[in-house]
Amino acid sequence: MHILVCIKQVPDSAQIRVHPVTNTIMRQGVPAIVNPYDLVALEEALRLKDRTSARVTVLTMGPPQAESALRKALSFGADEAILLTDRAFAGADTLATSYALAAAIRKIRDDMPVDLVFTGKQTIDGDTAQVGPGIATRLGMQLLTYVSRIDRVDLERGEITVQRRAEGGVQVLRTRLPAVITVLEGINEMRFATMPDMFRAARYGLTVWDREAAGIGDVTKIGLKGSPTVVSRVFAPTPRAQKAEIIQTQSEQPDDLVATLLAKMFTKHPPLRAAICPRAVQRT
Amino acid sequence: MTQAPPSSKPAGRRKAELDPRFTSYKGVFVFIEHNAGAIHPVSFELLGEGRKLADKLGVELAGVVLAESDGAAEAFCAEAFFHGADLCYSATHPALAHYRNQPYTQTLTDIVNRHQPEILLLGATTMGRDLAGSVATTLQTGLTADCTGLAIDPDNRSLAATRPTFGGTLLCTILTLNYRPQMATVRPRVMGLPERDTSRHGRIIAEHPDLIEQDIVTKLLEFIPDERRDEANLAFADIIVAGGRGLKRPDNFRLVWDLADALGAEVGATRPVVQAGWVTADRQIGQSGKTVRPKLYIAAGISGAVQHRVGMEGADVIVAINPDPDAPIFDFATYGIVANAMQILPAMTAAFRQHTAAMKKAV
Ligand SMILES: Cc1cc2nc3c(=O)[nH]c(=O)nc-3n(C[C@H](O)[C@H](O)[C@H](O)COP(=O)(O)OP(=O)(O)OC[C@H]3O[C@@H](n4cnc5c(N)ncnc54)[C@H](O)[C@@H]3O)c2cc1C
Repeated sequence: MHILVCIKQVPDSAQIRVHPVTNTIMRQGVPAIVNPYDLVALEEALRLKDRTSARVTVLTMGPPQAESALRKALSFGADEAILLTDRAFAGADTLATSYALAAAIRKIRDDMPVDLVFTGKQTIDGDTAQVGPGIATRLGMQLLTYVSRIDRVDLERGEITVQRRAEGGVQVLRTRLPAVITVLEGINEMRFATMPDMFRAARYGLTVWDREAAGIGDVTKIGLKGSPTVVSRVFAPTPRAQKAEIIQTQSEQPDDLVATLLAKMFTKHPPLRAAICPRAVQRT
Repeated sequence: MTQAPPSSKPAGRRKAELDPRFTSYKGVFVFIEHNAGAIHPVSFELLGEGRKLADKLGVELAGVVLAESDGAAEAFCAEAFFHGADLCYSATHPALAHYRNQPYTQTLTDIVNRHQPEILLLGATTMGRDLAGSVATTLQTGLTADCTGLAIDPDNRSLAATRPTFGGTLLCTILTLNYRPQMATVRPRVMGLPERDTSRHGRIIAEHPDLIEQDIVTKLLEFIPDERRDEANLAFADIIVAGGRGLKRPDNFRLVWDLADALGAEVGATRPVVQAGWVTADRQIGQSGKTVRPKLYIAAGISGAVQHRVGMEGADVIVAINPDPDAPIFDFATYGIVANAMQILPAMTAAFRQHTAAMKKAV
């Protein structure tokens, strides 16, 4: 079995700050990490590899520095890694991104058929969750999003059975391979990299494809040109007009503070009085 | 290189003439999502918002209903009319009984190609995001995911879809200038619910999806309903008491539950608290959790990081308890108590219990 995992290098958004005056992102010094959701997908692929001796290839599209994301994936146990990088890919929205990735996957398939494509649920910088569906649609593969468990892979019959998070419950779905799976967060914990894998990852000769090497002829389908969406404005969330009214009392005793709060709140927001209806339910 | 890393695209505006093949695209369509016989509330929120967009553009608002039978579809169409739709496209087929990507994508794509809306909106649910991604790719059009604001750009009649990016640190407004339909998925609970007006009616246009079950590759073997429907409760709770890392120890979180019981409230939490296992993940509020719009939100031991804020700032009244007077939560809360939550929470529980006891006596 051959599993392809699509990963993305993203800025660690927990560390991103907005410049208070210019309202622009301050990227300096913000570390680049592997999109955490993609690591869940990678771990799930590696677990399948443990069970079935599958081959795991990681693919990323990004700037040359995205190489480090691939090496990270290799250190966890991925077998091969391919970097798709070309200035012509820059500025891609999800439609153009899935075009480039699908082209690369077709090319990978020529060498060795791909049974499963894994991606994370979404990225932490774009948060779109659209590249997985885009890839599946372009390659005519079955799509299973928000997968919380892989129940069974039956290579002989070419089938996979998974659990998929849906509204109000879990769908147990069976479909035909090849399929694209986007993996739900929090369903596993990434393993530790082993010393031999870390050494191998450091020395591994990455495959690097530019646009032509990936077999993409039509430049109007990739990068900014291939993106139907245009960002017209970027701005910081507007601060609320007013800061909190700080409740103060002479004593600063909890009971007094709370009594003052309630008096103010019920006077200024009368509907709250009626909204309160205590419950006797026992919670477990 | 997915949508909207701000530096990767010029923030300017590409001047554009709409391609002639798209000039016939008119109207606003809302995909009506339903599960277990009930319409997902986000579809009503979208009808409310879609109504405003349609009125601004001077076009009709249509609901798109995909269902297993005419009987089921009719009930959903009626609800769509009550919430603002002028007409509904109703596609029924046994293969549409439950959501699967392939038949839903095919049916919705066909409806769009036949009836050519300029705007197509879906809820940013697991269904909506799965479906929208496939439909947009099939149609080769732009899709803006997980939006929190929709408007019509006055310059070019385009849909201006605003969404958080970088985990909510920034917002960006995205246009789809040269392609139709302009598609967006919208996060649940961000838009208000429209009034339900049972005197409203509309036209139903029957669609005949060309589906054959044997051709549908993916089969549903089983549906396991969630045991606890906390999800719905939290999203629609009038009062929420939420706790953060400032509560320090899991047993202190008990104080949050106690206050919630006194108020008849739901319990929410920040991500670190969920990650530490103090409460289940379905209670996480924020960018990677739920969006809520309660009348009252009490935040105890929460710093007010932007990823939390985006999920709860729609609350009418926010009360924050935090000993750090510089905590960001005081920048947007309504009331602040600068003190230790472990002392304030029990005092609040007692005070609210007294309040309700007094209310009961008064009745
Ligand atoms: C991609 C991404 C997605 C994220 N998604 C979410 C999300 O969905 N939801 C979410 O909540 N977070 C999310 N986060 C995390 C977010 O950035 C913050 O780390 C988190 O919200 C902080 O939680 P907190 O307020 O509980 O903890 P802290 O930030 O540690 O704040 C604790 C607060 O408690 C106060 N405190 C200390 N002692 C007391 C006391 N005795 N009584 C009262 N207060 C006290 C402190 O002054 C402090 O302000 C996300 C982050 C990333 C990068």
